[in-house]
Amino acid sequence: MANLTREETLDLIQEVLEVYPEKAKKDRAKHLAVNDQSIEQSKKCITSNRKSLPGVMTVRGCAYAGSKGVVWGPIKDMIHISHGPVGCGQYSRAGRRNYYVGMTGVNTFGTMNFTSDFQEKDIVFGGDKKLAKLIDEIEGLFPLNKGITVQSECPIGLIGDDIEAVSKKKAKELDKPIVPVRCEGFRGVSQSLGHHIACDSIRDWVIGNRDGDDSFQTTPYDVAVIGDYNIGGDAWASRILLEEMGLRVVAQWAGDGTLAEIELTPKVKLNLIHCYRSMNYISRHMEEKYGIPWMEYNFFGPTKIAESLRKIAACFDETIQAGAERVIAKYEAQYAAVIAKYRPRLEGKRVMLYVGGLRPRHVIGAYEDLGMEVVGTGYEFAHNDDYDRTIKDMSDSTLLYDDVTGYEFEEFVKRIKPDLIGSGIKEKYIFQKMGIPFRQMHSWDYSGPYHGYDGFAIFARDMDMTINNPCWAKLHAPWLADQAAQSEQPALKRASA
Amino acid sequence: MALRQCAIYGKGGIGKSTTTQNLVAGLAEAGKKVMIVGCDPKADSTRLILHAKAQNSIMEMAANAGSVEDLELEDVLKVGYRDIKCVESGGPEPGVGCAGRGVITAINFLEEEGAYEADLDFVFYDVLGDVVCGGFAMPIRENKAQEIYIVCSGEMMAMYAANNIAKGIVKYANSGSVRLAGLICNSRNTAREDELIMELARQLGTQMIHFVPRDNVVQRAEIRRMTVIEYDPKAKQAQEYRDLAHKIINNKNFVIPTPITMDALEALLMDFGLMDEEDESIIGKSAVAEATA
Repeated sequence: MANLTREETLDLIQEVLEVYPEKAKKDRAKHLAVNDQSIEQSKKCITSNRKSLPGVMTVRGCAYAGSKGVVWGPIKDMIHISHGPVGCGQYSRAGRRNYYVGMTGVNTFGTMNFTSDFQEKDIVFGGDKKLAKLIDEIEGLFPLNKGITVQSECPIGLIGDDIEAVSKKKAKELDKPIVPVRCEGFRGVSQSLGHHIACDSIRDWVIGNRDGDDSFQTTPYDVAVIGDYNIGGDAWASRILLEEMGLRVVAQWAGDGTLAEIELTPKVKLNLIHCYRSMNYISRHMEEKYGIPWMEYNFFGPTKIAESLRKIAACFDETIQAGAERVIAKYEAQYAAVIAKYRPRLEGKRVMLYVGGLRPRHVIGAYEDLGMEVVGTGYEFAHNDDYDRTIKDMSDSTLLYDDVTGYEFEEFVKRIKPDLIGSGIKEKYIFQKMGIPFRQMHSWDYSGPYHGYDGFAIFARDMDMTINNPCWAKLHAPWLADQAAQSEQPALKRASA
Repeated sequence: MALRQCAIYGKGGIGKSTTTQNLVAGLAEAGKKVMIVGCDPKADSTRLILHAKAQNSIMEMAANAGSVEDLELEDVLKVGYRDIKCVESGGPEPGVGCAGRGVITAINFLEEEGAYEADLDFVFYDVLGDVVCGGFAMPIRENKAQEIYIVCSGEMMAMYAANNIAKGIVKYANSGSVRLAGLICNSRNTAREDELIMELARQLGTQMIHFVPRDNVVQRAEIRRMTVIEYDPKAKQAQEYRDLAHKIINNKNFVIPTPITMDALEALLMDFGLMDEEDESIIGKSAVAEATA
């Protein structure tokens, strides 16, 4: 179906808002907008990073999720204690698909759950002694850990446990970094504050550990990859491109990352930021304290990859610039073949996205390389600087939705009738049952990597096999066949096309 | 007679535990079956009844046993003077953990274990200083204490605290059956103290149920870890506590209080000469500034 005009999109927003009570309508109206590329600052059209309304279905996470799940969790050679009752750690264990290499349980601990398993008595009498004991037990059972973080769950903040004192004492005893993180889930409006708190704890407890130590041999081509969580191997697919163009990747934050890499990051020449939302804080800190410049890049799809490689190379000398051209040329045949194979099958397909930190804007280019169009996008926990970066990447008159509610998203989808939705596990089955092809864009639906040229091939294949899957034509029961034939379900239109 | 559950609140140090144990001794003497539930991490609400330093508390024993589910009622319920039953919720040492959660856990434990089903006439909750959080409001929530007695004296901060506690009662009274049953004036020998507390009681919509005079025999008994009634039953003060006990037995005056404003409270204090008329011109002025003015 044809795309909506600006007026039609505005009408759609009004219509969807109509069911809300007055106060909720007023609030939600600020979070829904029609894209206008001429706007310089997103604050003129959309509000973000505000408390979700009670009663709506929001898919946001909490500060603990932002720290333990996103920023700290993937650091593989440290042990991250979920400090508090057992559920927070156990139900989020190994769910994010941050791949890593190492012997789990020996020198890496990424998919394991460590928790202080708070009981009633720990709430009443405080959990500081238990935490100290737990740290001793960890040290005894897993002596190859390089350090420990204490990820606070809600009760820690409520009862005021002094995890800082325990951490300092134990860090001295064990001669390892032990980092207390005040990421209690009730803090802030979403997981976003957890990213910030986690970055601040890295700043305060880790980043300066090798100040004044020049034993690490640096090169003029040292960079750090910041904000790549190696979902399904993303960071690996990115790293090879940087290395092939002649750069040395000193640190990966945080996917497949190590404590040593974090400690060495202040020695690099340039910080490369993939997920701006979760790690701009630490990049800004390193810029202030060590004068390390940082730049954002995008390794989704050949157009953005080439653009980013050239932009990165421009920060270095001719060797690297020539290296970037060499890399682009090397992979040209590979990505051209991918486009040749899949573009005819995907041309003109329309996509709606609703994801987290960077993907609502970063993957647009990859879809466009396949001839597809992103007609609606939104973030769970963005701030306005994210929307500033999104406006230019989206076409005029497309829909922007911030912290979208379950109801709004469904209504938008019913009207816009996209050929594909890219969002998370909580949305997946609702839209599949509505007969709309769906890809999880947090976990890559157990696939990936999607970054880099290698990832683009997998991305294209996955989108094709989802959109063109014959199952969408079979969604109607045989006894409803007559009805189905008359219906205007997008699934059927696709099948007959 | 149906079980009556009463809670004693009041400013820290006002004499809640001493008053509670002495009046409970009076009730026991009158043939009533009573249980005291100490809701204070210090666990010192029952020592005059048990002649003990401090009782093993529910939370302390639960921590040693593993969890509260591992405890039996007999482990925590002690019987003292004239068969008065005593339990202490207990809680953490100062500065750690959550004492309020300890009170909640302990009271839930007592309910589940059937501590209230025994043949009891009265339960008294002796609650720490102020209602600082939900945990210390536990005794006045639905189906717990219905009668609240506030211990106070003619001192400004004691009355200020009494008014604040009345505010807390209003909150729970509107959703449940808790009522303010009276002020107990534990005298500090300030001027016109009885009149002042009677006036405060009137303004709060309640009564001064008894004026307990100051008497050193209370301290002498306390040194021996005894109530006055047990230590020296013939003492004049013993009769005061008996009177208080009988007034409580016969009390029918249960109200939703009408807490007063800060201004009204200050006006009351000024009427009784406890506070001077406010002089706007001196507010925020240091000694140096005043000297040079």
